[in-house]
Amino acid sequence: MIEKGAAAIFVGCALLSIIAVVAITAYMIIAGTPALKQVGITDILFGTIWSPSSANPQFGILYVILTSIIGTALAVLLGVPVGLLSAVFLSEIASEKWRKILKSAVELLAGIPSVIYGLLGIILICPAVYQIELAIYKNDPTHQFTGGANFISAVLVLTLMILPTLINITETSLKSVPMHYRTSSLALGATKIQTIFKVVIPTAKKGIMSAVVLGVGRAIGETMAILSVAGNSINLPLPFASVRFLTTAIASEMSYSEGLHRQVLFTIGLVLFVFIMIVNLVLSHMMKQGENNE
Amino acid sequence: MKKIGKIVLSALCCLGLAGCGNSNSDEAELSGKISMNGSTSMEKVVNALAEAFNEKYPGVTVEPQFTGSGSGIEAVTKGTTDIGNSSRNLKDSEKANGIEENIIAIDGIAVIVGNDNSVSDLTKQQLIDIYTGKITNWKDLGGADQPIVVIGREAASGTRGAFEELLEIADACKYAQEIDSTGGVVAKVQETQGAIGYVSLDVLNGQVKALKLDGVEATEANIKADTYFLKRPFVMATKGSIAEQNENVKAFFEFVQSDEGKEIIKSVGLITVD
Repeated sequence: MIEKGAAAIFVGCALLSIIAVVAITAYMIIAGTPALKQVGITDILFGTIWSPSSANPQFGILYVILTSIIGTALAVLLGVPVGLLSAVFLSEIASEKWRKILKSAVELLAGIPSVIYGLLGIILICPAVYQIELAIYKNDPTHQFTGGANFISAVLVLTLMILPTLINITETSLKSVPMHYRTSSLALGATKIQTIFKVVIPTAKKGIMSAVVLGVGRAIGETMAILSVAGNSINLPLPFASVRFLTTAIASEMSYSEGLHRQVLFTIGLVLFVFIMIVNLVLSHMMKQGENNE
Repeated sequence: MKKIGKIVLSALCCLGLAGCGNSNSDEAELSGKISMNGSTSMEKVVNALAEAFNEKYPGVTVEPQFTGSGSGIEAVTKGTTDIGNSSRNLKDSEKANGIEENIIAIDGIAVIVGNDNSVSDLTKQQLIDIYTGKITNWKDLGGADQPIVVIGREAASGTRGAFEELLEIADACKYAQEIDSTGGVVAKVQETQGAIGYVSLDVLNGQVKALKLDGVEATEANIKADTYFLKRPFVMATKGSIAEQNENVKAFFEFVQSDEGKEIIKSVGLITVD
């Protein structure tokens, strides 16, 4: 009797999660499609001018989509090598004392709220990027100076944010590779570095991929941290241009939008949702492919 | 069981104590709260009025939120707030929704630069050219060889709406950064070399420098004399006329429009309307 009751509770909890996911998906689709019909898919997805409150409102989010895609890709490209090598250091090479100190530091970093990364971005990263911007565009009269709040600052902050998650999960999966893999490899004459890169990392591939997926998910969904460092105008995502991401586009206008404008913001949410689904599907497909190859 | 009994008993005692409050005021009939939402430019005057009003009517608390003029008007239209603050005139579409425009003060918009900027005077045309992207370096205005970082507010800001309307550059501004609060613009201009921005006149206290426009300094006297052209009304919008609001809101507007209220408005650096 108690067994059946407990089983029912577990099933109920699981059902709750499934219902939540289905409900969110359904709501995003229902709320996001009216604007697509009213404004036109090509006008929204491929238009380049965003001016919702002008006399002839335009809702083109092409630059915003490009900014999110390229920004996330860059953050992952910068973050994965650094994260992977840090995890390798933590799990394979560091002495026990260093390992304890560094691991607690990284775990602490992973728990810091994202708005604090935004604060650090404003205080440390923006002034430095501004100096670089001044130096590079010194004699260029056509460049619009952003004062340090631009695409590069946002990408740097995003990289900083996904690093702790990447390092933690990669380190855990590296540590879970059985010791005898390493000892066998060393016994066969390989050096430590060869062992790490040819035996340990390929074995831990699945864990590393899931770390990357989590990193991508965090980067594409990050709002607060980059709201203050990205500049918030709509431009092509060039390094020193003031940009708006899909997330900050929604966050900065949600409070006062009404009517068609609000519906378009829901469409942006739908686009974000679709991206995250695509990323998850592609990466899990890659993981399955990796399994089949072994 | 005994333990639960003790806990329940102490909880009931605490609930009983909650009924005690102090009602030793002479305006004790009014109680409750007034919610306000809107312009970040109006933060100083709203806080000053709220504090003074609460001293007069201790039973009523004013709870202001500062989310931007557009967002404030949206809130009062939907009914989620009693008073919507806006630092620009209401649009016809907003008035058509039944929102009354109650102007409580006139405020100037100051154009600010960092204290270390050598430029101290701009003409109206130079200001327009800076914000439309035609002039991009301070040396073209007699200053140092420093690029201009153009800072503005978000699309729903009353300050931005008033600024662009007065200069007639409504859809032609090219901002390098769009910041969502008055305080944010001051902070950004203060810490970024070569930045220019626009904020409400009453928030200035030395952290940044206000430029003269067409030779006229940004002061209350010049706004009253109509020689400084960047000025806009501070509106406390209500759904329906003031007479249709609840007792607390009516008392608040009576306070604001009284001599006492006008003194407070003047003391924060604004100009009263008669």
